Amino acid sequence: MLVCVKRVPDTGGGFKLTPDEMRVDTTNLGFAISPHEECAVEEAIRIIEKHGGSSTVLTLGPPAAGEQLREAIAKGITGAILLEAEDYESWDPAATAQAIAETVKPLGFDLLLFGNESADTCNYQVGVRVAHLLDLPCVTGIKALEIQNGKAIAKRETKEGWEVYEVALPAVFTVKEGINTPRHPSLRGIMSAKKVPIEQKRVTRLAPQLVRKTLKKPQEGRQLEILGQGPEAVPKIVEKLRELGAI
Amino acid sequence: MILAMLETAKGAISEASWETITAARDLAQKTNDSVAALLIGKEVRALTPMLKGVSAALVAEDQQLDSYVPEAFARIASEAITQKSPQIVLAPGTETGNDLMARVAARLGLGLATNCTEFSVEDGALRMVTRSNWGGSLLEEVEILSKPILLTLQPHAIPAQAAAGAEPTIEALNPTLTAKEFRVRVKEILRSEKKGISLTEAKIVIGGGRGMGSAEAFKMLEELAGLLSNAAVGATRVATNNNWRPHSDQIGQTGTQIAPDLYIACGISGAIQHMVGCKNSKKILAINKDAEAPIFQRADYGVIGDLHQIVPALIAELKRVKGV
Repeated sequence: MLVCVKRVPDTGGGFKLTPDEMRVDTTNLGFAISPHEECAVEEAIRIIEKHGGSSTVLTLGPPAAGEQLREAIAKGITGAILLEAEDYESWDPAATAQAIAETVKPLGFDLLLFGNESADTCNYQVGVRVAHLLDLPCVTGIKALEIQNGKAIAKRETKEGWEVYEVALPAVFTVKEGINTPRHPSLRGIMSAKKVPIEQKRVTRLAPQLVRKTLKKPQEGRQLEILGQGPEAVPKIVEKLRELGAI
Repeated sequence: MILAMLETAKGAISEASWETITAARDLAQKTNDSVAALLIGKEVRALTPMLKGVSAALVAEDQQLDSYVPEAFARIASEAITQKSPQIVLAPGTETGNDLMARVAARLGLGLATNCTEFSVEDGALRMVTRSNWGGSLLEEVEILSKPILLTLQPHAIPAQAAAGAEPTIEALNPTLTAKEFRVRVKEILRSEKKGISLTEAKIVIGGGRGMGSAEAFKMLEELAGLLSNAAVGATRVATNNNWRPHSDQIGQTGTQIAPDLYIACGISGAIQHMVGCKNSKKILAINKDAEAPIFQRADYGVIGDLHQIVPALIAELKRVKGV
């Protein structure tokens, strides 16, 4: 199994942009695996626990993205590949997919999991593009996955219920949060993950088709009115609820 | 030609598709071009008379296309684009629209800008698009170098507008589809039973975050919801990741996006991930013990204090005034 993840800043409550307005200023931020991919990692571990086999986590990013690969290993993934690109922020989805497809093609994975879209750039494309380059079937945005006799049964949630897909392996799926609740790594997992070798490969970017010119914050227009402090504020809250037609 | 890819559901053109047509007409006007629409499905020809202000309707019908079949739709769309050479192709930025356009872009070896919110036209040509990053918390201006330009439109970014004008001419595309295009298709649809008021329908939503501290504590939010009209309870990613609430209750970038009249945020710090999901609420009331919490910068009303004291007191007062 292959699971592809993206390293994204852990933004918390707000964004600061760099002075050139080209990226999020990450000086004081930690990093994490993007949420949908965190669930893809969990799903891969569960499938291996149930059916056996081996799992590899892959990312394209700076050398520091080894941190996210080790996090996945600490939880139970067995191998890791880092496609090293210092300029990873200027890679568009087509370039990223090309580098991933070239790397994984000779490795013959049965099941390839991606996140539906990354938290930061929200492009919704890398998994689909890799599937196309490898000529594999692909279902996006799944929230349930079962493996049975060389087939995958995947479910996609809709307003009315669930769409059920049955696809022959090998296949690509893009996962959405909600498919599972990701585990926390154990202390033993964290310790032993430090010793697992990460396969590193330098990759060069295809000429990009999408070029970022600037990043900006949208207008926010709310004026805060403090209703009070503690339970003493309750009458004011009730008055406001009445005013808003909530009662 | 500006080609608008339309989605149909239950025999009608979807709201997001009407927004796409509206944006396509606007782009066509600014670039001195015409709009064509592509409709794919089992029976979609009957919908074409509604497409006022669209010059041509490309219709691809096949008995097997009774629902979205990703690779079949992508093949038809890619072939139509190759044949017609539009300058811009625009599709709704829905789950299906983004899936389809990613496949089309991969097939044609083109770039794709998803979830666009604005278009910048200069000297009669599309120069730049603004697209949503971080679920809309940041906006990115992007130049697209590949041609034709492939875009999806962020739902609700551009309100749909009706247009006058003649009905479009109809051109039937006769797709040749092979078994390969059907290797991914819906095998079965499971309908889920509706229980209670959904987060997207509720007029009032009460959300609980890290400050709730336990699954147990959400019972008081349920009780509060019962005392308000048309209210539902939701949660943050921290709460769903801790299994205090099911993921289906999550409000946020990776959960549900809500737009109620009033959102009451309890013990929620205001992480970007969460605010993306509730920023379309008409009014936001935040209860948090930390006066410095970022939620207070994005709320209309604030109460500073411990929700574990304030919510029970609020419930008691509401019961008193309602006489229950």
